[in-house]
Amino acid sequence: MERITSKEVLSTCIDKYTKEFEGKIKGEGGKRAIVVCGGTGCLANDSAAIQEELEKLIKEHGLQDKVTINHVGCFGFCSQGPFVKIFPEDTLYRGVTVKDCKQIVEDDLLGGKICENLLYVDPTTHEKVVRQDDINFYKKQVRVALHGCSLINPDLLEESLGLDGFKALKKVLTEMTPQQVIDEVIASGLRGRGGGGFPTGRKWQFAANVQADQKYVVCNGDEGDPGAFMDRSILEGNPFQVIEGMMIAGYAYGASEGYFYVRAEYPIAVERLQHAIKDMEEAGLLGDNILGTGFSFRAHLRLGAGAFVCGEETALLNSIEGKRGMPRPRPPFPAIKGLWGKPTCVNNVETLATVPYILRVGAAEFAKMGTEGSKGTKVFALGGKINNVGLVEVPMGTTLRTLIYEIGGGIPGGKAFKAIQTGGPSGGCLTEKDLDTPIDYDTLVARGSMMGSGGAIVMDEDNCMVDVAHFYMDFICSESCGKCSPCRIGTKRLYEMLTDVVEGRGTEKTLSDMKELANVIKAGSLCALGQTAANPILSTMNSFPEEYAAHVNEKKCPAHVCKGLMQYLIDPAKCMGCTLCARNCPVSCIAAGTEPVTVRPLPNKFVHVIDQSKCIKCGTCMSNCHFGAIHKD
Amino acid sequence: MEKINVKIEGRVYSVDKNMTVLEAARSVGFNIPTLCYWNHGKNSLASCRVCLVEIRTARGGRLFASCVYPVADIPAEKGFEVLISSPMATAARKASVELLLSNHSKDCQTCVKNGQCELLEVAKVTGAEDNRFLGEKTPTTYDDVAPGIIRDTSKCILCGRCIERCKEAQGIGILGFERRGFKTIVAPAANRSFAKVPCLQCGQCINVCPTGALSEKREITKVDAAMAAGKKVIVQVAPAVRAALAEEFGYKIGELNATGKMVAALHRLGFYRVFDVNFGADLTIMEEATELLHRIKNKGVLPQITSCSPGWINYMEYFYSDLIPNVSTCKSPHEMQGAITKSYFAKKHDLDPKDLFVVSVMPCTAKKYEAKRPQNAAVEHLPDVDAVITTRELAAMIKRAGILFRELPEEEFDDDLLGEYTGAGVIFGVTGGVMEAALRTAYHALTGKEYGPIEFHEVRGFKSVRDAEIDIDGTKVKVAVASGMAEAHVLLDEIRAGKSPYAFIEIMCCPGGCINGGGQPFVKPSLKPEEGADILETYRQKRADILYGIDERKTIRQSHNNPDIKRLYEDFLGEPCSELSEELLHTSYVSDRPCFPED
Repeated sequence: MERITSKEVLSTCIDKYTKEFEGKIKGEGGKRAIVVCGGTGCLANDSAAIQEELEKLIKEHGLQDKVTINHVGCFGFCSQGPFVKIFPEDTLYRGVTVKDCKQIVEDDLLGGKICENLLYVDPTTHEKVVRQDDINFYKKQVRVALHGCSLINPDLLEESLGLDGFKALKKVLTEMTPQQVIDEVIASGLRGRGGGGFPTGRKWQFAANVQADQKYVVCNGDEGDPGAFMDRSILEGNPFQVIEGMMIAGYAYGASEGYFYVRAEYPIAVERLQHAIKDMEEAGLLGDNILGTGFSFRAHLRLGAGAFVCGEETALLNSIEGKRGMPRPRPPFPAIKGLWGKPTCVNNVETLATVPYILRVGAAEFAKMGTEGSKGTKVFALGGKINNVGLVEVPMGTTLRTLIYEIGGGIPGGKAFKAIQTGGPSGGCLTEKDLDTPIDYDTLVARGSMMGSGGAIVMDEDNCMVDVAHFYMDFICSESCGKCSPCRIGTKRLYEMLTDVVEGRGTEKTLSDMKELANVIKAGSLCALGQTAANPILSTMNSFPEEYAAHVNEKKCPAHVCKGLMQYLIDPAKCMGCTLCARNCPVSCIAAGTEPVTVRPLPNKFVHVIDQSKCIKCGTCMSNCHFGAIHKD
Repeated sequence: MEKINVKIEGRVYSVDKNMTVLEAARSVGFNIPTLCYWNHGKNSLASCRVCLVEIRTARGGRLFASCVYPVADIPAEKGFEVLISSPMATAARKASVELLLSNHSKDCQTCVKNGQCELLEVAKVTGAEDNRFLGEKTPTTYDDVAPGIIRDTSKCILCGRCIERCKEAQGIGILGFERRGFKTIVAPAANRSFAKVPCLQCGQCINVCPTGALSEKREITKVDAAMAAGKKVIVQVAPAVRAALAEEFGYKIGELNATGKMVAALHRLGFYRVFDVNFGADLTIMEEATELLHRIKNKGVLPQITSCSPGWINYMEYFYSDLIPNVSTCKSPHEMQGAITKSYFAKKHDLDPKDLFVVSVMPCTAKKYEAKRPQNAAVEHLPDVDAVITTRELAAMIKRAGILFRELPEEEFDDDLLGEYTGAGVIFGVTGGVMEAALRTAYHALTGKEYGPIEFHEVRGFKSVRDAEIDIDGTKVKVAVASGMAEAHVLLDEIRAGKSPYAFIEIMCCPGGCINGGGQPFVKPSLKPEEGADILETYRQKRADILYGIDERKTIRQSHNNPDIKRLYEDFLGEPCSELSEELLHTSYVSDRPCFPED
């Protein structure tokens, strides 16, 4: 790659690589281009081996001059991976295995015949869909932060330049003053995508207003919510875009050093980011006097060691400084006194990934998407009891119904929707009555949850909401840093009370004590982790009071999840006395009783009975019974 | 100082703009309880949440830790108001304390900090109710392996004051937070024992601990046992003890020179002889000044560094043992005196040294370690000192014996061979004192006459590192004084780099010297409101003034003029640094002592 030393060279490069990239997508010269998903999910399902196999077969068939092959970032539709996509036809193959490669090469590449068996099948119409854009999952999505993911090779700077990369940086460095950049970001209405939703431009303005010999930009890639992987996919799919966003931030408020703080559990994201930084340094896009404008910027990478609290910005700064990841009191806010005491803006990966788009298309265009108070798009990681598990990016203001039923494809097995947890362990659950609420920062807070970083876990009728709260409290308890007493001790006490409830020792008083303590923790904790720690409890208590009441008053778990409050029973009217349950019981607590079988009376067959005092509630008997005679109560 | 208007509980006050809400509130007459806050916010983790106040605007109220919240952010003009006693704030502070109590081992009656526990105080102030929150407790560690300090995490409230103190005073950061969430404890790395990390045993951490989580390892029972076994138990008291002991009996800091009452109390406790370690200090000066003059005369290794502070010796052996040639080989005063007691004193009285039991009363926890060093056992391999108790332990013994301290008469140390002491010895207890005492004697040795003004004010003060050029009758000698290893190490780095301009350096481990040792009575503003808000700034000076006052009133103020010392040399040792002196009064050091020894 040539060195990009001026605005002119950058323009030439952009033109050249854009032409190349577009040509590749359009199949110029009769060439075809294959991309294979290289996101973490698909790689775990062997997509690297699939790519290798494809390359091998292409060579064997002498197709190497007619076909290019690249890995790309996440396609988002993770439940259907691994993906292989072929341009210019835009054919999307899903669930590909190494064994399928032969068919793809021979039938499609050589024979020009689409491999029908590898196409996506719409679960409602049962029709096969060839093109990605025709799949319902993608139809309502708008890719801003995920721009380039699943299109460009994240390890090639050339491909980034070929797909809008660094256009915004060029514009910013050569046509705009730092204040103009800040004004543009303020005008766009961009709010932090990491959870709090603080207006990004205003944060930059605070840092810009402080005089300091050194300022820093920090990119928060310490994504810790269970089930969330937005930041990972962005970094894996288009790291250049995030670095570009970071540089724009640096230019806007006068920072010349940037730190990426990425979880060590994201090895692929880390590797690609490192690679991107190195390539940009070699090309002169990072370093001194970028594009000859006098603007200098260096990017560094720090790995998080797996503490949820390090996603909190002040704890993250401590961690970068080599200290224990514990939050600092605010004020002073990092924008005034941050990393090593210098003005620092901590921006989420998704926020920075969105910045180049805003500068490229303009604040007004960006602000057309979204709601009054929340502009642009938001990436969600859809998970839980939902058909289309994966990553989706939708305009703010999309309703939960669209998200769950149109994009997410509804609940598996035709079960009833019960709740969706947004904002991870700091958020809350939204229910049936919220389905038609347009999602934005303010509506979610108004309904007792929060945007958070974008985790969205769907729960159906089989989920016990008390159990869900119990799970999140367990998580928060072990992830509390231990610094302040309300969070360290309070969450533990709350967990203990909740344990009493799920194990049948709870009373009405336990519930009122829980609520009281939850509010103490919320109001008195030092950082956002503690201040939001009780949200899962407060929110579920609020939305599902009858479930809590059933647990403490009737000692029943309506969803039959809490082991201490449910039992497996054998229906005498259905039991055949076949002994299958008894033979499979791991603790031998099932035996033939004295009552003869009535369904189809046979000599020496007796209805079986579970000794509840020994039962460990594992459910093995139920899954082994051929006659549906065992049920939960 | 720029001012700002802050509204507190309905009234607007003009306060310094750089204050925190806590400071502002205190300056206008409100006391907000605190635990993790210490020393004007030097420790400001804002973690205990005991100082929460409500900051209210038109949009509503939110709780903030007043100890770190700057008033600059909440001017009254912008509609901010601080509420200390709103239901929200009062309930939050109470709940914070109750949560802490729910994870605290509540054996208050038998706790070593009984009566001096800040948690108990805030529990009282906030009206905390017991048993509101009950549940499992954090797995705890009880570490009493190290000679000087006990760590009991069952009483730790994780305020982090000790962590900060260790860093601030000694710069080594032995303590830190370990594990996370509910399992978090304060501990040396990997929850090792204090004995298995390069801890100096200085005890500064004990002095700031609000609860009984850190305490000195007590040796009172050893003393009891020796008395019960019929040994002749001889007690010797370090200079700094008299500057602070009275604080344990309700006197204000710096109010009383406790020497006379202390001696009276020791007599009543049944000790065979009550001696003053000032005698040992004078002896140390004789030896150390002579050693210095030898080095200068024979072009030996310079600068010479003092060796009285065992915390410093620990630090040196761990981190700077390449400087052993610079360190004086003199034992510390109480060790010298112990060795003399078991040799000279025993011989003169025809006693078997095995029947003697020497107890040192020290302001120091590191002395407990020092007394156990095998190098400090000069007479028949008996330890020079058999037990070391701190000032606090002595107070406990006095109270246990039912002695009415305030009613005691003033009595004199026993005049029996080791009874006389000089003003030079007494100032050993404060930073710069050893230097000054040595200079008084060195001046005489070099010039043959006494230094006219007697006092060398150039080496006094509480700055961590100070230096001075002393004119000894035309000969200029550069000296330096340091206390607190966090700062003192710069002098050591200079020596290492071969750039030290000094001939003699005094180093004491605890900031301010022995008057601020880890065994001294606690100075806790929240428990002693009558001492005033700035007591943490002034208590060292107040204690030092007692020692300087004793020195001033002494007629003999130079160690070499101590008649008992003179007689000791004439009758027994011969001369300073003689063969016998070397055997009894000098010690040796360990090179590259392992910082993290394995079992």
